[in-house]
Amino acid sequence: MDGPFVTALDLILRADSVLMQIIGLSLRVTLSAVAIACLIGLPLGAGLALTRFPGRGAVIVLFNALMGLPPVVAGLAVYLLLSRSGPLGALDLLFTPSAMILAQTVLILPIVVSLTRSVVEDLWTEYGDQLLSLGADRARAMPTLLWDGRVSLLTGVLAGFGRASAEVGAVLIVGGNIAGHTRTMTTAITLETTRGNLDLAIALGIVLLGLTLTLNALAWSIGQWARVQLG
Amino acid sequence: MSRSCLPLTLDKVSFVASGTALLSDLSLTIAPMRRLIVMGANGAGKSVLLRLCHGLLDPSSGRRIWANGEARAQQQAMVFQRPVLLRRSVAANLDYPLAVAGLSRAARRARVEQTLARFGLERISDQPARQLSGGQQQRLALARAWSVSPQILFLDEPTAALDPYATRVIEEMILQFAEEGITIMMSTHDLGQARRLAQDVAFLHRGQLLEHRPAAEFLEAPQTREARAFLSGDLIW
Repeated sequence: MDGPFVTALDLILRADSVLMQIIGLSLRVTLSAVAIACLIGLPLGAGLALTRFPGRGAVIVLFNALMGLPPVVAGLAVYLLLSRSGPLGALDLLFTPSAMILAQTVLILPIVVSLTRSVVEDLWTEYGDQLLSLGADRARAMPTLLWDGRVSLLTGVLAGFGRASAEVGAVLIVGGNIAGHTRTMTTAITLETTRGNLDLAIALGIVLLGLTLTLNALAWSIGQWARVQLG
Repeated sequence: MSRSCLPLTLDKVSFVASGTALLSDLSLTIAPMRRLIVMGANGAGKSVLLRLCHGLLDPSSGRRIWANGEARAQQQAMVFQRPVLLRRSVAANLDYPLAVAGLSRAARRARVEQTLARFGLERISDQPARQLSGGQQQRLALARAWSVSPQILFLDEPTAALDPYATRVIEEMILQFAEEGITIMMSTHDLGQARRLAQDVAFLHRGQLLEHRPAAEFLEAPQTREARAFLSGDLIW
Protein backbone atom coordinates (compact mmCIF):
# COMPACT_ATOMS: atom_id res chain seq x y z
CA MET A 1 0.00 0.00 0.00
CA ASP A 2 3.03 2.24 0.05
CA GLY A 3 2.64 3.20 -3.57
CA PRO A 4 -0.89 4.63 -3.67
CA PHE A 5 -0.47 6.45 -0.34
CA VAL A 6 2.62 8.25 -1.51
CA THR A 7 1.00 9.16 -4.80
CA ALA A 8 -2.10 10.32 -2.92
CA LEU A 9 -0.09 12.61 -0.67
CA ASP A 10 1.72 13.88 -3.72
CA LEU A 11 -1.61 14.68 -5.39
CA ILE A 12 -2.69 16.65 -2.33
CA LEU A 13 0.60 18.51 -1.93
CA ARG A 14 0.75 19.40 -5.61
CA ALA A 15 -2.85 20.57 -5.42
CA ASP A 16 -3.62 18.39 -8.45
CA SER A 17 -6.16 20.16 -10.65
CA VAL A 18 -8.59 17.22 -10.97
CA LEU A 19 -8.46 16.70 -7.21
CA MET A 20 -9.01 20.39 -6.51
CA GLN A 21 -11.88 20.58 -8.98
CA ILE A 22 -13.63 17.67 -7.26
CA ILE A 23 -13.08 19.13 -3.78
CA GLY A 24 -14.27 22.53 -4.97
CA LEU A 25 -17.49 21.13 -6.42
CA SER A 26 -18.17 19.03 -3.30
CA LEU A 27 -17.78 22.03 -1.02
CA ARG A 28 -19.87 24.22 -3.29
CA VAL A 29 -22.72 21.70 -3.39
CA THR A 30 -22.70 20.87 0.31
CA LEU A 31 -22.24 24.44 1.56
CA SER A 32 -25.06 25.65 -0.68
CA ALA A 33 -27.29 22.86 0.61
CA VAL A 34 -26.42 23.73 4.22
CA ALA A 35 -27.14 27.41 3.60
CA ILE A 36 -30.52 26.70 1.99
CA ALA A 37 -31.46 24.19 4.69
CA CYS A 38 -30.63 26.77 7.39
CA LEU A 39 -32.54 29.52 5.63
CA ILE A 40 -35.64 27.33 5.60
CA GLY A 41 -35.01 25.12 8.62
CA LEU A 42 -34.14 27.63 11.32
CA PRO A 43 -37.37 29.66 11.08
CA LEU A 44 -39.39 26.52 10.41
CA GLY A 45 -37.96 24.75 13.47
CA ALA A 46 -38.46 27.79 15.68
CA GLY A 47 -42.01 28.13 14.39
CA LEU A 48 -42.73 24.48 15.14
CA ALA A 49 -41.38 24.96 18.64
CA LEU A 50 -43.46 28.00 19.49
CA THR A 51 -46.78 27.44 17.74
CA ARG A 52 -49.59 25.01 18.40
CA PHE A 53 -51.76 23.73 15.58
CA PRO A 54 -53.62 20.53 14.77
CA GLY A 55 -51.25 17.98 13.30
CA ARG A 56 -48.20 19.57 14.90
CA GLY A 57 -47.22 16.28 16.49
CA ALA A 58 -47.38 14.52 13.15
CA VAL A 59 -45.16 17.15 11.53
CA ILE A 60 -42.60 16.79 14.32
CA VAL A 61 -42.57 13.01 14.01
CA LEU A 62 -42.23 13.32 10.24
CA PHE A 63 -39.17 15.56 10.48
CA ASN A 64 -37.62 13.36 13.17
CA ALA A 65 -38.12 10.32 10.96
CA LEU A 66 -36.72 12.10 7.91
CA MET A 67 -33.45 12.62 9.79
CA GLY A 68 -32.84 8.96 9.11
CA LEU A 69 -33.88 9.15 5.44
CA PRO A 70 -31.48 6.99 3.41
CA PRO A 71 -29.61 9.24 0.96
CA VAL A 72 -30.44 6.96 -1.98
CA VAL A 73 -34.14 7.39 -1.25
CA ALA A 74 -33.75 11.16 -1.11
CA GLY A 75 -31.85 10.91 -4.39
CA LEU A 76 -34.56 8.80 -5.94
CA ALA A 77 -37.27 11.24 -4.86
CA VAL A 78 -35.40 14.22 -6.32
CA TYR A 79 -34.65 12.18 -9.44
CA LEU A 80 -38.36 11.50 -9.96
CA LEU A 81 -39.09 15.16 -9.36
CA LEU A 82 -36.51 16.39 -11.88
CA SER A 83 -36.61 13.69 -14.53
CA ARG A 84 -37.98 14.55 -17.97
CA SER A 85 -41.44 13.26 -17.15
CA GLY A 86 -41.38 14.56 -13.56
CA PRO A 87 -43.24 17.65 -12.29
CA LEU A 88 -40.07 19.80 -12.46
CA GLY A 89 -38.68 18.12 -15.58
CA ALA A 90 -39.04 21.27 -17.63
CA LEU A 91 -36.33 22.96 -15.55
CA ASP A 92 -33.80 20.52 -17.04
CA LEU A 93 -31.87 20.30 -13.79
CA LEU A 94 -31.14 16.58 -13.65
CA PHE A 95 -27.42 15.75 -13.68
CA THR A 96 -26.41 19.29 -12.73
CA PRO A 97 -24.87 20.61 -9.50
CA SER A 98 -28.22 22.33 -8.78
CA ALA A 99 -29.93 18.94 -8.63
CA MET A 100 -27.26 17.76 -6.21
CA ILE A 101 -27.77 20.83 -4.03
CA LEU A 102 -31.50 20.14 -3.99
CA ALA A 103 -30.98 16.49 -3.01
CA GLN A 104 -28.59 17.37 -0.20
CA THR A 105 -30.91 20.10 1.04
CA VAL A 106 -33.59 17.44 1.37
CA LEU A 107 -31.17 15.40 3.47
CA ILE A 108 -30.05 18.24 5.74
CA LEU A 109 -33.35 20.07 6.22
CA PRO A 110 -34.88 17.52 8.65
CA ILE A 111 -31.76 17.68 10.83
CA VAL A 112 -31.86 21.46 11.00
CA VAL A 113 -35.62 21.58 11.60
CA SER A 114 -35.68 18.91 14.31
CA LEU A 115 -32.65 20.22 16.14
CA THR A 116 -33.89 23.82 15.99
CA ARG A 117 -37.29 22.80 17.30
CA SER A 118 -35.78 20.93 20.20
CA VAL A 119 -33.31 23.69 21.11
CA VAL A 120 -35.90 26.47 20.84
CA GLU A 121 -38.50 24.48 22.78
CA ASP A 122 -36.05 23.94 25.65
CA LEU A 123 -35.07 27.59 25.66
CA TRP A 124 -38.71 28.64 25.67
CA THR A 125 -39.30 26.58 28.82
CA GLU A 126 -36.58 28.59 30.48
CA TYR A 127 -37.16 32.00 28.86
CA GLY A 128 -40.87 32.00 28.11
CA ASP A 129 -42.28 33.88 31.08
CA GLN A 130 -39.42 36.34 31.12
CA LEU A 131 -39.72 37.14 27.41
CA LEU A 132 -43.49 37.52 27.61
CA SER A 133 -42.94 39.75 30.64
CA LEU A 134 -40.52 41.90 28.64
CA GLY A 135 -43.22 42.38 26.04
CA ALA A 136 -42.05 39.90 23.40
CA ASP A 137 -44.74 37.67 21.94
CA ARG A 138 -43.96 34.24 20.49
CA ALA A 139 -43.20 35.62 17.04
CA ARG A 140 -40.79 38.18 18.47
CA ALA A 141 -39.23 35.48 20.63
CA MET A 142 -38.21 33.36 17.62
CA PRO A 143 -35.16 35.39 16.53
CA THR A 144 -34.29 35.93 20.19
CA LEU A 145 -34.23 32.23 20.95
CA LEU A 146 -32.45 31.33 17.70
CA TRP A 147 -29.71 33.76 18.65
CA ASP A 148 -29.50 32.61 22.27
CA GLY A 149 -29.37 29.00 21.10
CA ARG A 150 -26.69 29.77 18.53
CA VAL A 151 -24.06 27.47 19.99
CA SER A 152 -26.27 24.38 20.10
CA LEU A 153 -27.66 25.23 16.68
CA LEU A 154 -24.19 25.54 15.20
CA THR A 155 -23.38 22.02 16.34
CA GLY A 156 -26.51 20.80 14.59
CA VAL A 157 -25.71 22.66 11.40
CA LEU A 158 -22.25 21.08 11.40
CA ALA A 159 -23.87 17.68 11.85
CA GLY A 160 -25.97 18.46 8.78
CA PHE A 161 -22.84 19.44 6.89
CA GLY A 162 -21.21 16.18 7.92
CA ARG A 163 -24.17 14.12 6.74
CA ALA A 164 -24.24 15.87 3.38
CA SER A 165 -20.52 15.79 2.69
CA ALA A 166 -20.33 12.09 3.60
CA GLU A 167 -23.26 10.79 1.60
CA VAL A 168 -22.83 9.30 -1.83
CA GLY A 169 -26.21 7.88 -2.82
CA ALA A 170 -28.18 11.06 -3.43
CA VAL A 171 -25.54 12.97 -5.40
CA LEU A 172 -24.75 9.88 -7.45
CA ILE A 173 -28.36 9.40 -8.53
CA VAL A 174 -29.23 13.01 -9.35
CA GLY A 175 -25.74 14.16 -10.36
CA GLY A 176 -24.69 11.18 -12.43
CA ASN A 177 -21.02 11.42 -11.42
CA ILE A 178 -20.04 13.20 -14.63
CA ALA A 179 -16.31 14.00 -14.67
CA GLY A 180 -15.57 17.69 -14.34
CA HIS A 181 -19.26 18.49 -13.92
CA THR A 182 -20.99 16.57 -11.13
CA ARG A 183 -18.21 14.43 -9.68
CA THR A 184 -17.87 14.94 -5.92
CA MET A 185 -15.41 13.50 -3.42
CA THR A 186 -17.64 10.62 -2.42
CA THR A 187 -18.78 9.66 -5.91
CA ALA A 188 -15.20 9.91 -7.17
CA ILE A 189 -13.97 7.62 -4.39
CA THR A 190 -16.61 5.06 -5.32
CA LEU A 191 -15.70 5.17 -8.96
CA GLU A 192 -11.92 5.31 -8.66
CA THR A 193 -11.89 2.42 -6.17
CA THR A 194 -13.85 0.14 -8.48
CA ARG A 195 -11.51 1.17 -11.29
CA GLY A 196 -8.49 0.30 -9.16
CA ASN A 197 -7.26 3.89 -9.35
CA LEU A 198 -6.48 3.94 -5.64
CA ASP A 199 -4.22 7.00 -5.37
CA LEU A 200 -6.94 9.51 -6.27
CA ALA A 201 -9.44 7.63 -4.10
CA ILE A 202 -7.09 7.68 -1.14
CA ALA A 203 -6.21 11.33 -1.65
CA LEU A 204 -9.91 12.22 -1.64
CA GLY A 205 -10.48 10.01 1.40
CA ILE A 206 -7.73 11.81 3.30
CA VAL A 207 -9.15 15.21 2.40
CA LEU A 208 -12.67 14.13 3.39
CA LEU A 209 -11.47 12.78 6.72
CA GLY A 210 -9.43 15.91 7.35
CA LEU A 211 -12.45 18.06 6.60
CA THR A 212 -14.66 16.08 8.99
CA LEU A 213 -12.02 16.19 11.72
CA THR A 214 -11.52 19.93 11.30
CA LEU A 215 -15.24 20.61 11.46
CA ASN A 216 -15.72 18.53 14.57
CA ALA A 217 -12.72 20.12 16.26
CA LEU A 218 -14.19 23.49 15.37
CA ALA A 219 -17.62 22.58 16.74
CA TRP A 220 -16.16 21.23 19.95
CA SER A 221 -13.91 24.26 20.49
CA ILE A 222 -16.75 26.67 19.87
CA GLY A 223 -18.89 24.76 22.36
CA GLN A 224 -16.16 24.85 24.99
CA TRP A 225 -15.44 28.51 24.39
CA ALA A 226 -19.12 29.40 24.53
CA ARG A 227 -19.68 27.54 27.77
CA VAL A 228 -17.05 29.74 29.39
CA GLN A 229 -17.96 32.96 27.61
CA LEU A 230 -21.73 32.87 27.52
CA GLY A 231 -22.60 30.78 30.56
CA MET B 1 -47.28 60.15 29.01
CA SER B 2 -50.53 58.26 28.90
CA ARG B 3 -53.00 58.08 31.74
CA SER B 4 -51.89 56.03 34.73
CA CYS B 5 -52.68 52.33 34.51
CA LEU B 6 -53.19 52.21 38.28
CA PRO B 7 -54.99 51.31 40.42
CA LEU B 8 -55.20 47.74 39.22
CA THR B 9 -58.37 46.00 40.27
CA LEU B 10 -59.05 42.28 40.44
CA ASP B 11 -62.75 41.59 40.50
CA LYS B 12 -63.77 38.13 41.78
CA VAL B 13 -60.84 36.51 40.03
CA SER B 14 -60.33 32.76 39.98
CA PHE B 15 -57.58 30.79 38.36
CA VAL B 16 -57.97 27.09 37.72
CA ALA B 17 -55.21 24.88 36.34
CA SER B 18 -55.97 21.26 35.40
CA GLY B 19 -58.95 21.10 37.69
CA THR B 20 -57.32 22.68 40.75
CA ALA B 21 -58.34 26.16 41.85
CA LEU B 22 -55.10 28.00 42.55
CA LEU B 23 -56.90 31.28 43.22
CA SER B 24 -60.55 31.50 44.13
CA ASP B 25 -62.90 34.44 44.04
CA LEU B 26 -60.22 36.97 44.79
CA SER B 27 -60.95 40.69 44.77
CA LEU B 28 -58.12 43.13 45.33
CA THR B 29 -57.29 46.71 44.46
CA ILE B 30 -53.63 47.59 44.04
CA ALA B 31 -53.27 51.25 44.91
CA PRO B 32 -50.69 53.43 43.17
CA MET B 33 -47.47 54.51 44.86
CA ARG B 34 -47.64 51.85 47.57
CA ARG B 35 -45.46 48.90 48.47
CA LEU B 36 -47.71 45.87 48.67
CA ILE B 37 -46.20 42.66 49.99
CA VAL B 38 -47.97 39.39 49.21
CA MET B 39 -47.47 36.89 52.00
CA GLY B 40 -48.41 33.29 52.51
CA ALA B 41 -46.97 29.81 52.76
CA ASN B 42 -45.57 27.92 49.81
CA GLY B 43 -48.39 26.97 47.49
CA ALA B 44 -50.70 29.67 48.82
CA GLY B 45 -50.91 31.19 45.34
CA LYS B 46 -48.51 34.14 45.64
CA SER B 47 -46.73 33.45 42.35
CA VAL B 48 -49.97 32.80 40.51
CA LEU B 49 -51.42 36.04 41.83
CA LEU B 50 -48.41 38.07 40.67
CA ARG B 51 -48.36 36.40 37.26
CA LEU B 52 -52.05 36.98 36.87
CA CYS B 53 -51.73 40.67 37.77
CA HIS B 54 -48.77 41.03 35.39
CA GLY B 55 -50.69 39.37 32.57
CA LEU B 56 -48.67 36.18 32.17
CA LEU B 57 -51.80 34.30 33.22
CA ASP B 58 -55.37 35.18 32.47
CA PRO B 59 -58.12 34.66 35.02
CA SER B 60 -60.36 31.62 34.52
CA SER B 61 -63.21 33.78 35.73
CA GLY B 62 -63.54 37.32 37.03
CA ARG B 63 -61.91 40.44 35.65
CA ARG B 64 -58.54 42.18 35.77
CA ILE B 65 -59.05 45.89 35.26
CA TRP B 66 -56.30 48.43 34.61
CA ALA B 67 -57.43 52.00 35.36
CA ASN B 68 -56.58 53.24 31.87
CA GLY B 69 -58.57 50.48 30.23
CA GLU B 70 -55.61 48.64 28.67
CA ALA B 71 -55.98 44.87 28.43
CA ARG B 72 -52.37 44.44 29.44
CA ALA B 73 -50.73 47.59 30.75
CA GLN B 74 -47.61 48.70 28.86
CA GLN B 75 -45.90 50.33 31.79
CA GLN B 76 -45.26 47.35 34.00
CA ALA B 77 -42.38 44.98 34.60
CA MET B 78 -41.70 41.84 36.57
CA VAL B 79 -38.65 40.40 38.29
CA PHE B 80 -38.59 36.67 38.92
CA GLN B 81 -36.99 34.62 41.65
CA ARG B 82 -34.42 33.38 39.15
CA PRO B 83 -33.73 36.10 36.62
CA VAL B 84 -33.56 34.91 33.03
CA LEU B 85 -30.81 36.84 31.34
CA LEU B 86 -30.11 36.47 27.66
CA ARG B 87 -26.83 34.87 26.59
CA ARG B 88 -25.52 38.28 25.65
CA SER B 89 -23.67 41.16 27.23
CA VAL B 90 -25.03 43.19 30.14
CA ALA B 91 -25.69 46.13 27.81
CA ALA B 92 -27.45 43.90 25.26
CA ASN B 93 -29.72 42.59 28.01
CA LEU B 94 -30.72 46.15 28.87
CA ASP B 95 -31.24 46.94 25.20
CA TYR B 96 -33.55 44.01 24.53
CA PRO B 97 -36.86 45.14 26.12
CA LEU B 98 -36.35 48.61 24.65
CA ALA B 99 -35.96 47.07 21.20
CA VAL B 100 -39.07 44.96 21.77
CA ALA B 101 -40.93 48.15 22.74
CA GLY B 102 -39.90 49.60 19.37
CA LEU B 103 -37.61 52.42 20.52
CA SER B 104 -35.22 53.89 17.96
CA ARG B 105 -31.58 52.88 18.05
CA ALA B 106 -30.54 56.29 19.37
CA ALA B 107 -33.20 56.33 22.07
CA ARG B 108 -32.22 52.83 23.14
CA ARG B 109 -28.55 53.70 23.33
CA ALA B 110 -29.29 56.73 25.49
CA ARG B 111 -31.54 54.76 27.81
CA VAL B 112 -29.04 51.90 28.14
CA GLU B 113 -26.26 54.38 28.98
CA GLN B 114 -28.49 56.03 31.53
CA THR B 115 -29.41 52.71 33.12
CA LEU B 116 -25.81 51.49 33.23
CA ALA B 117 -24.79 54.74 34.94
CA ARG B 118 -27.74 54.75 37.32
CA PHE B 119 -26.87 51.29 38.66
CA GLY B 120 -23.10 51.50 38.39
CA LEU B 121 -22.92 48.81 35.73
CA GLU B 122 -20.72 50.68 33.19
CA ARG B 123 -17.62 48.73 34.11
CA ILE B 124 -19.27 45.38 33.34
CA SER B 125 -21.44 46.51 30.44
CA ASP B 126 -19.61 44.28 27.93
CA GLN B 127 -19.46 41.22 30.16
CA PRO B 128 -21.65 38.22 29.34
CA ALA B 129 -24.63 38.59 31.65
CA ARG B 130 -24.71 34.89 32.50
CA GLN B 131 -21.22 35.11 33.96
CA LEU B 132 -22.32 37.46 36.72
CA SER B 133 -22.91 36.23 40.27
CA GLY B 134 -26.48 35.51 41.35
CA GLY B 135 -26.73 38.82 43.18
CA GLN B 136 -25.34 40.75 40.22
CA GLN B 137 -27.73 38.97 37.86
CA GLN B 138 -30.69 39.97 40.02
CA ARG B 139 -29.40 43.55 40.15
CA LEU B 140 -29.24 43.53 36.36
CA ALA B 141 -32.77 42.10 36.19
CA LEU B 142 -33.98 44.97 38.39
CA ALA B 143 -32.07 47.49 36.29
CA ARG B 144 -33.64 46.00 33.17
CA ALA B 145 -37.08 46.30 34.75
CA TRP B 146 -36.38 49.91 35.74
CA SER B 147 -35.18 50.86 32.27
CA VAL B 148 -38.61 50.40 30.74
CA SER B 149 -40.03 53.05 33.12
CA PRO B 150 -42.73 50.91 34.72
CA GLN B 151 -45.50 52.39 36.82
CA ILE B 152 -45.78 49.11 38.66
CA LEU B 153 -43.12 46.51 39.31
CA PHE B 154 -43.99 42.94 40.26
CA LEU B 155 -41.36 40.94 42.13
CA ASP B 156 -41.76 37.22 42.80
CA GLU B 157 -39.57 36.36 45.79
CA PRO B 158 -36.67 38.22 44.21
CA THR B 159 -34.20 37.47 47.01
CA ALA B 160 -35.14 33.88 47.81
CA ALA B 161 -31.98 32.57 46.14
CA LEU B 162 -29.60 35.28 47.37
CA ASP B 163 -27.22 35.68 50.28
CA PRO B 164 -27.91 38.33 52.98
CA TYR B 165 -25.65 40.96 51.42
CA ALA B 166 -27.18 40.63 47.95
CA THR B 167 -30.61 40.59 49.57
CA ARG B 168 -29.90 43.93 51.23
CA VAL B 169 -28.72 45.44 47.95
CA ILE B 170 -31.91 44.30 46.20
CA GLU B 171 -34.12 45.57 49.03
CA GLU B 172 -32.44 48.98 48.85
CA MET B 173 -33.08 49.09 45.12
CA ILE B 174 -36.73 48.25 45.66
CA LEU B 175 -37.11 51.01 48.26
CA GLN B 176 -35.46 53.50 45.91
CA PHE B 177 -37.78 52.51 43.09
CA ALA B 178 -40.74 53.05 45.39
CA GLU B 179 -39.43 56.49 46.34
CA GLU B 180 -39.29 57.36 42.66
CA GLY B 181 -42.99 56.61 42.45
CA ILE B 182 -42.96 53.05 41.15
CA THR B 183 -45.71 50.95 42.69
CA ILE B 184 -44.34 47.74 44.17
CA MET B 185 -46.14 44.41 44.43
CA MET B 186 -43.85 41.73 45.77
CA SER B 187 -44.20 38.28 47.22
CA THR B 188 -42.07 36.93 50.01
CA HIS B 189 -42.32 34.37 52.75
CA ASP B 190 -39.56 36.10 54.69
CA LEU B 191 -41.15 37.90 57.63
CA GLY B 192 -38.15 40.16 58.23
CA GLN B 193 -38.24 41.25 54.62
CA ALA B 194 -41.96 41.96 54.85
CA ARG B 195 -41.35 44.14 57.93
CA ARG B 196 -38.62 46.07 56.13
CA LEU B 197 -40.48 46.66 52.87
CA ALA B 198 -44.24 46.47 53.33
CA GLN B 199 -46.66 49.35 53.49
CA ASP B 200 -49.56 47.04 52.80
CA VAL B 201 -49.84 43.29 53.14
CA ALA B 202 -52.03 40.88 51.21
CA PHE B 203 -52.16 37.51 52.97
CA LEU B 204 -52.99 34.46 50.89
CA HIS B 205 -53.98 31.07 52.16
CA ARG B 206 -54.79 28.22 49.78
CA GLY B 207 -55.64 30.55 46.94
CA GLN B 208 -57.84 32.83 48.99
CA LEU B 209 -57.14 36.38 50.04
CA LEU B 210 -57.70 36.35 53.78
CA GLU B 211 -56.37 39.79 54.68
CA HIS B 212 -55.39 42.97 52.85
CA ARG B 213 -54.44 45.75 55.23
CA PRO B 214 -51.72 48.24 56.11
CA ALA B 215 -48.60 46.33 57.09
CA ALA B 216 -48.35 47.69 60.62
CA GLU B 217 -51.88 46.55 61.43
CA PHE B 218 -51.44 43.17 59.82
CA LEU B 219 -48.10 42.40 61.42
CA GLU B 220 -49.21 43.59 64.89
CA ALA B 221 -52.72 42.21 64.97
CA PRO B 222 -53.59 39.72 62.26
CA GLN B 223 -57.33 39.15 62.07
CA THR B 224 -57.47 35.57 60.90
CA ARG B 225 -56.38 32.40 62.61
CA GLU B 226 -54.35 31.38 59.55
CA ALA B 227 -52.44 34.67 59.49
CA ARG B 228 -51.71 34.46 63.20
CA ALA B 229 -50.41 30.94 62.74
CA PHE B 230 -48.33 31.98 59.73
CA LEU B 231 -46.78 34.91 61.57
CA SER B 232 -45.95 32.82 64.62
CA GLY B 233 -44.36 30.21 62.40
CA ASP B 234 -46.92 27.48 63.04
CA LEU B 235 -47.69 24.97 60.36
CA ILE B 236 -51.11 25.55 58.92
CA TRP B 237 -53.00 23.18 56.72
